[in-house]
Amino acid sequence: MTRADARAAILAALSEIAPEADYDDLDPEDSLREQLDIDSMDLLRLAQLLHEQVGVEIPALDYPKLDTLDGAAAYIAARAG
Amino acid sequence: MAELNMPSLGADMAAATLVEWLVAPGDAVKRGDVVAVVETEKGAIEIEVFEDGVVAELLLEEGVKVPVGTTLAMIESSGASAPAPVSPPPPVSPPAPVSLTPSPSPASPPPASLAPSADGFVRSSPAARRRAAALGLDLGAVTGSGPGGAVRLADVEAAQVSAPVTPATPAEKAAAAREAMRRAIAAAMARSKREIPHYYLSLEIDLRVALAWLEERNRDRSVTERVLPAALLLKAVARAAVKYPEFNGFYQDDRFQPSAAVHLGVAISLRKGGLVAPALLDVQDRDLDGLMTGLTDLVIRARGSRLRGSEMSSPTLTVTNLGEMGVPAVFPIIYPPQVAIVGFGRVTERPWVSEGRVIAAPLVTATLAADHRASDGHRGGLFLRAIDRLLQHPEKL
Repeated sequence: MTRADARAAILAALSEIAPEADYDDLDPEDSLREQLDIDSMDLLRLAQLLHEQVGVEIPALDYPKLDTLDGAAAYIAARAG
Repeated sequence: MAELNMPSLGADMAAATLVEWLVAPGDAVKRGDVVAVVETEKGAIEIEVFEDGVVAELLLEEGVKVPVGTTLAMIESSGASAPAPVSPPPPVSPPAPVSLTPSPSPASPPPASLAPSADGFVRSSPAARRRAAALGLDLGAVTGSGPGGAVRLADVEAAQVSAPVTPATPAEKAAAAREAMRRAIAAAMARSKREIPHYYLSLEIDLRVALAWLEERNRDRSVTERVLPAALLLKAVARAAVKYPEFNGFYQDDRFQPSAAVHLGVAISLRKGGLVAPALLDVQDRDLDGLMTGLTDLVIRARGSRLRGSEMSSPTLTVTNLGEMGVPAVFPIIYPPQVAIVGFGRVTERPWVSEGRVIAAPLVTATLAADHRASDGHRGGLFLRAIDRLLQHPEKL
């Protein structure tokens, strides 16, 4: 999976979790949690949706790697092989 | 034959608009089935039936706003009835600008079309005229219940409540909904601070054991089966509340009425602003996995504005977890008619003394705001200590 694909999958999942958030001004290197006002419950949902849609299992210990859009895309792309 | 009434979905709710019927006359219904959707200050709420039976008659049209207690439909019951869940009484001092008097024939709201007297003069009280002007309501269109058919304040408010909602653009609707929710929160919180003598206690809790246990448990589990620390905290609060019942129930009719079941209100912030605190029912009896499933489902539905009436009306004790925002402690306000609210701040590593040495440990500050009419600080302290003790043995939760 390419980073661009991973990025698209992450954005699709996020827009399901937080449909009202503003994705146009999202800084890919800044914290998703702070920019989108998402909490640990949303983060768990993100992991669940990515598991369903991309088939990637994300261990709880790796959650910090999902904190920025760029970081998450790199992580998912690598895990999905 | 049983009545299905507009339920009170919280102490701050006076009226709601029936948005949609999901059943028709002749349909068989089972206890717990969702039969209608109503629009409240807290968004769209699903209304359930509380017994098995057949829908005999729908008494209210879609789009009509009616007071709490109005009969919405008649259900021909098939015997297997169950008591409706405990629900707070209607507000003592109504919050929104809709103060309600019970309508004489609640099933059919009075038609808003009574002709004024021939000369165009409408007998009315000064308060009624002021309120009608503020609402942009034509006094001549209001049915008066005062002497000589004079329009009183209550008539104006009843007319406003039963007026069909006017269609609006989605943006206007969203803005109006936000404003209505703000007003509902304002009314409930102002009532709380006016009526409830709060006292506040706090306790730092060492979460080393609980978090290590949870991490171990989650390690080999799929993302769909993981349990968040929030579920552990909720379970500990519920178990402690069973042991200290004076923090679980309602204060109404000038006395505290404890609840056997612990229906925990979970404060959930909505991203577009505002907050709701629907209940997880019977938390004391649920295992952690069931609790986590229920919590996930509740948060998703709260943020999608699809909560059920029984969840909105029944919290007996609320938990607020502002720790996500990074603050170390929260001093919450009780949601009437409840008598306590437990707050958890952010879990952070802080200095902690253990066996004579200072170590870094993950700590959470638990706070309790409680109603001094229902309990005293000493018992409040024991209640917080009980939560702490339960969290030291997470495997038993």
